[in-house]
Amino acid sequence: MQSIDLRGVTCPTNFVMAKLELEDVEVGTTVEFFLDDGEPVKNVPRSLKDEGHKLLGLQEREGYYVLTLEKGGE
Amino acid sequence: MAEQKIDLRNLKAGGFIKERGKDLFTVRLRVPGGRMSVDRLSKIAEVAQKYGKGYVHLSVRQSIELININFADFDAVVAELGEEQQKVASCGARVRVPTACGGCEYNPNGLVDTQKSALEVDQKLFGTATGHHKFKVCFAGCPFDCPKSAINDVGFQGAVWPKLDADGCISCGLCAKSCTEGALSMGADNKPVFDAARCIYCGDCIKVCPTGAWSAERKGYTVRIGGKWGRRPLVGTLYATFVPEERVVEFIATVLAWYQEKAEGAGRVRLGDVIIREGWQSLLERLRGYFPEYVVKETIAPQVIQSQLPLPGQHV
Repeated sequence: MQSIDLRGVTCPTNFVMAKLELEDVEVGTTVEFFLDDGEPVKNVPRSLKDEGHKLLGLQEREGYYVLTLEKGGE
Repeated sequence: MAEQKIDLRNLKAGGFIKERGKDLFTVRLRVPGGRMSVDRLSKIAEVAQKYGKGYVHLSVRQSIELININFADFDAVVAELGEEQQKVASCGARVRVPTACGGCEYNPNGLVDTQKSALEVDQKLFGTATGHHKFKVCFAGCPFDCPKSAINDVGFQGAVWPKLDADGCISCGLCAKSCTEGALSMGADNKPVFDAARCIYCGDCIKVCPTGAWSAERKGYTVRIGGKWGRRPLVGTLYATFVPEERVVEFIATVLAWYQEKAEGAGRVRLGDVIIREGWQSLLERLRGYFPEYVVKETIAPQVIQSQLPLPGQHV
């Protein structure tokens, strides 16, 4: 699975980066994003859901979060 | 009687405000909710260029004010603005143009259609004479409350009560992580546990939920009454929750009727001060008669803000 590390990137740059990365991914593919605690983990999942992607889960790792999603259709 | 050079009916609702200097006025435009078409904005710019000083002022309550308008040009200004259906606002002891946040169509935080509410109130209640003092209404779409509901005579703020369909929940934990208020935590069964007492009805859980397991059980406006700013500020307090959007005009009209009645003979006094004098129970019970399912059990009086050492006659 492709992992995209967005740690250390602030809002809304992290969301825009996630969006750009997803442009190169096939619809239906599962991708994971590493997000910082705080604003990023609160905002980025919601914004990606709004873009039509399917959120699959969120897991806490040491000091950060892993968001798993399936790329949605256009 | 001197020959009338201008149509005095234009002045009736106010909106023409005397400036320093001879013959000059500010013309305050009616912009409910702060939204206007670009065509209208162009027309206003054209009129301001032709009759004004070369700049406009964006008022605190979302109006555009034309500056340095000569009173002899009032009729022409009104007529030319009318080409784009732009009207003049009000001042004085009337229901003012409602303010509102940008609205739920494009703002991801918006829970209710504040723009629609502002337009409806503007159409139905704008300019109503209170008999006493100004009367300000605002609409906020979410608990961020950018329009500041508690410092309006009647302030509305959008809210949703969340409901969980546990079968639809995939235990991702995003809702608990998103809940800034600590009203949600993940339980032993890996499903969210809702602590209603901590919820401020922001709807973040509903927005982030990947499966739609969280949905809105109730939606409407939280209503705060009795606020104002100015020389002696008051913070308005809670009177109702989840008032449906379609009952907003009726709700304001009920408050307005109470105000008109209770302030009879009191002169130039704002709603909040009348509530302090009459007691909040009187207004709350009046509202309960019409809106029993939304009115809160009890409230408190508008809260006095100390803007300096206690003023004479200001009881704290």
